[in-house]
Amino acid sequence: MDWNTMLSYNWGAMMPEFIILGTAMILSILDLFWPKHFNRRKLAWLALTGIILAFLSLISLFSFETVSILSDTFRLDSFAKAFKLILLFGAGLVILLAESYEPQEGLQEHRGEFYYLFLTALLGAMIMTSSGDMITLFVGLELLSLSSYILVGIRKHNRKSNEASMKYVINGGISTAITLFGMSYLYGVTGSVNLGEMSRTMAAMTDGQLQYIMGLAFFMVFVGLSFKIAAAPFHMWAPDVYEGAPTPVVAFLSVISKTAGFVIILRIFLSLFLTAPGDTFGALDFLEKNNIYIAFVAGLTIIIGNVIALRQQNLKRLFAFSSIAHAGYLLVAVATMGGGYFLMDTVWFYLLAYLLMNIGVFAVIQLLSSQSGSEDISILAGLGGRSPYLAIAFTVFILSLAGIPGTTGFIGKLNIFLGTFITEPGHYVLAGIMIAGTIVSYVYYFGLLVQVFFRPIHSDKVIKIRSGLSTVIIICLVGTILFGIVPNLALDFLHNQFGDFTDFISSE
Amino acid sequence: MNVYLLSLLVFSPLLGIVMVAIMPKKEERTIKQFGFFGTLPPLILSLFLFSQYYSGVALSSFDTKINWIRFGNLAMYDPKLFTVNFELGLDGLSLIFILLTTIVSSLAAMASIYIKQEWKGYYLLFLILEIGMLGVFTAENLILFFIFFEMTLIPTFFLIGRWGFLEKEKASYSFLIYNGIGSAVLLVAILILFARTGTTNIEALSQMMTMGGVSLFAPISGSMKYGLCLAFIIAFAIKLPVFPFHSWMVRVHAEAPPSIVMIHAGVLLKIGAYGIIRFGMGIFPEQYKSLAFIVVLFGVLSLLYGAFLALLQTDFKLVLAYSSVSHMGIVMMGLGALNESGIQGAIFQVISHGLIAALLFFLVGVLYERTGTTMLTKLGGLTKSMPIFSGLLLAGGMASLGLPGMSGFISEFMVFLGLFKSQPLFAAIGALGLVLTAVYMLRAVLMITFGKSNSLVEKEKHDLKGLEFVPTVVLLGLIISVGVYPNLLGGPLQETIDAMMLALGGR
Repeated sequence: MDWNTMLSYNWGAMMPEFIILGTAMILSILDLFWPKHFNRRKLAWLALTGIILAFLSLISLFSFETVSILSDTFRLDSFAKAFKLILLFGAGLVILLAESYEPQEGLQEHRGEFYYLFLTALLGAMIMTSSGDMITLFVGLELLSLSSYILVGIRKHNRKSNEASMKYVINGGISTAITLFGMSYLYGVTGSVNLGEMSRTMAAMTDGQLQYIMGLAFFMVFVGLSFKIAAAPFHMWAPDVYEGAPTPVVAFLSVISKTAGFVIILRIFLSLFLTAPGDTFGALDFLEKNNIYIAFVAGLTIIIGNVIALRQQNLKRLFAFSSIAHAGYLLVAVATMGGGYFLMDTVWFYLLAYLLMNIGVFAVIQLLSSQSGSEDISILAGLGGRSPYLAIAFTVFILSLAGIPGTTGFIGKLNIFLGTFITEPGHYVLAGIMIAGTIVSYVYYFGLLVQVFFRPIHSDKVIKIRSGLSTVIIICLVGTILFGIVPNLALDFLHNQFGDFTDFISSE
Repeated sequence: MNVYLLSLLVFSPLLGIVMVAIMPKKEERTIKQFGFFGTLPPLILSLFLFSQYYSGVALSSFDTKINWIRFGNLAMYDPKLFTVNFELGLDGLSLIFILLTTIVSSLAAMASIYIKQEWKGYYLLFLILEIGMLGVFTAENLILFFIFFEMTLIPTFFLIGRWGFLEKEKASYSFLIYNGIGSAVLLVAILILFARTGTTNIEALSQMMTMGGVSLFAPISGSMKYGLCLAFIIAFAIKLPVFPFHSWMVRVHAEAPPSIVMIHAGVLLKIGAYGIIRFGMGIFPEQYKSLAFIVVLFGVLSLLYGAFLALLQTDFKLVLAYSSVSHMGIVMMGLGALNESGIQGAIFQVISHGLIAALLFFLVGVLYERTGTTMLTKLGGLTKSMPIFSGLLLAGGMASLGLPGMSGFISEFMVFLGLFKSQPLFAAIGALGLVLTAVYMLRAVLMITFGKSNSLVEKEKHDLKGLEFVPTVVLLGLIISVGVYPNLLGGPLQETIDAMMLALGGR
């Protein structure tokens, strides 16, 4: 590659990534050279500025046709644009959370790193949305994972934080190894790492032997990625990590990291396995034949997530299991492929809904737990009396998580259900598990509301809210209600901008 | 103007919500007044609608339709596909239910004077609940119906769990879980219909299901239609509730504050009957016809089971709770009779029980306020200290057991008239229940009013006073006027029932 070809690329397509990268570098240099007494908390605003600039530049890129640079390793297609919106929006909220984070101990000396590690993790996730190539996909995944490992353990002298980080590294390492192993098989059968090329080779593969290897690769990639999205039975790390990690990091893991996990699943599965034949006659496509395995994992995830959440007394563990259950709902959409009509918009909308309600909940948890020093569900007791507005916001988030109509969570679930019923035969078992899981989730979600409204006040301390945190709560509250009542603001935007995501794989 | 009238009606409690919300927490008197005034705009609007109807304005001229949600990107096939509109509409049936809602709500708001704490939260939830109920009866499509349906669920959960009696939290949980299961079944049925046909408009659906319209994605097979019809019936049977799904409702009746039970027994349970008529019967008439046998069977079971258990209770609230189970059994029997008088009787029974239950539970509230108990064993001899109250209680009891001249009689009479035509055996067995009704109701009422005087009530008691007369007199007046002049309800209903008979193959 010579200099001229380098210059001929349309680098503008990578503008949001460059901005994030630049901000992260500036932050790290500032953190290194600025005197110790300088309050590192201010760096958060710089990080936020970077994210907002990246968001704006992303919006300016909407008018671009699909761009593919660096020989199709980096693609700016509808899928990338749509999911980067979610990632940047979520990251902005998480940075605001991190700015307001005041733990009882252990963050004084590392606050600077705290902020720019968020940005590198975000960069990894963004690269994943835009990858047209398995190598960049993997690099993005690792960048995200490695940054998250450090973020989880950033409270250096906290025992739980250390335990969480250790568990996360080991589990994450195993899952990465399995994913990579599966990918190596895919490379073996196709002889390429470019997703478009691989897709065309695999679509023509009717040899039963090769299909067997393809199946093996599918399983390993799926198992490896199930770790990343914390789907059962590979979810064990999630509760421990969530419990030990600082609250903003938990919000990051449960929202951004999960979004990225679904992004890579969609990228690989839709590119490679949707067009690949499932048997030697080519009568079924590969996913049609094998979606039962995804469906099984989805069902198991919903059941395990919801049932174990019933017994949790620690708020973060409870929401760890709740987030496992939500990953299960999303996997239902993947398993049914949205019935063929409702995949991308369903996953996108659900992730948006999940982002709003989950970050909102974690904002409230962060506020209450940093004041009381505990994470037990009893810190919610009497919130309705102590701070009615906070209690109402929390109630809205919980109702949305439970999927009560009038909130974004309901519309998201509705979309998933439509996908399960639209085909003949419908996925009734999966839908049944999902609805039963939802009913079970009422018990623990409403258990939290019982704490908020029915239990006597836990402490009389006046709740002080930093402006950053209240901004997060207000944005999440408005979004949760707005997209619940007029979901078409988001859905129409998605359809008008991106249509049916037809430019998903490169066609040349 | 007409186009916005229904939206205005449904969301008019918002005015009260804003008024209550801006009041400081401690202003008990003002909050209570504002809370009551909040229920007046819907009452006035619904009475206006009723008068419009009587002056000959077609109810369909009030229909509202606004584009709302479009799912999926399928506009290139058909722009209407997978759209959910915000559409409200009115027919005779919903008009009656709306009147019931607004009247009972206003009276229950009046009965809420007995609420002792946190009036602000109470009235806010109360008014949200009213929006939900009004929406349920005007929604023209299933998704909208479901949204309003759930909107009644959440406030009720809090109203029971926060302001109820001793075991309120258990009752509210049991309410939540049973109703959650019911709405889950409902949601699945709604979404299967939506996914397969691309629409949720009730009228369009009933056309598609009966005449076989085009379904674009996957067909709805004959057996699936039975399944869906059954799902609707089960979902609403839990809400109604019918034996064996009644236990949550008994708990709610015993533990919720009386003013909320007025709403609950008066209106919320009636959503179950409304749903079976609208969706079970309306969308799947063919399938409903062959399932009617089961409907009658469970109707008779509830009637007898409720009546027997009511006979054994020592708490007046529980007597009334089981009497509700039993009366809802009569509704099911009427709905399963499949002929004009049966269905008309069922709807009459729904309205009449709504009014009677509201009256009786208002009196329960009055009683509890003065004596602190509703146990039959601890009460007695109230005629001496509270003669007006005792008279009203007796009147309510008589209405409940179906004394001619009151609304209970005319509805039960019509139900049995219809059922004897179509299922004489069940009707005969069911008639036994009527005898039991008289026994348990008289036993309970007489133990309270006459019976031997008890130390608890020997002290001087206030009889009904002031504002407490309004709900009792209004309700009793309505009960008697429906009983004497049934056409008050029969008029608006006739058109709906005629349409339904046509779909059911008329008999």
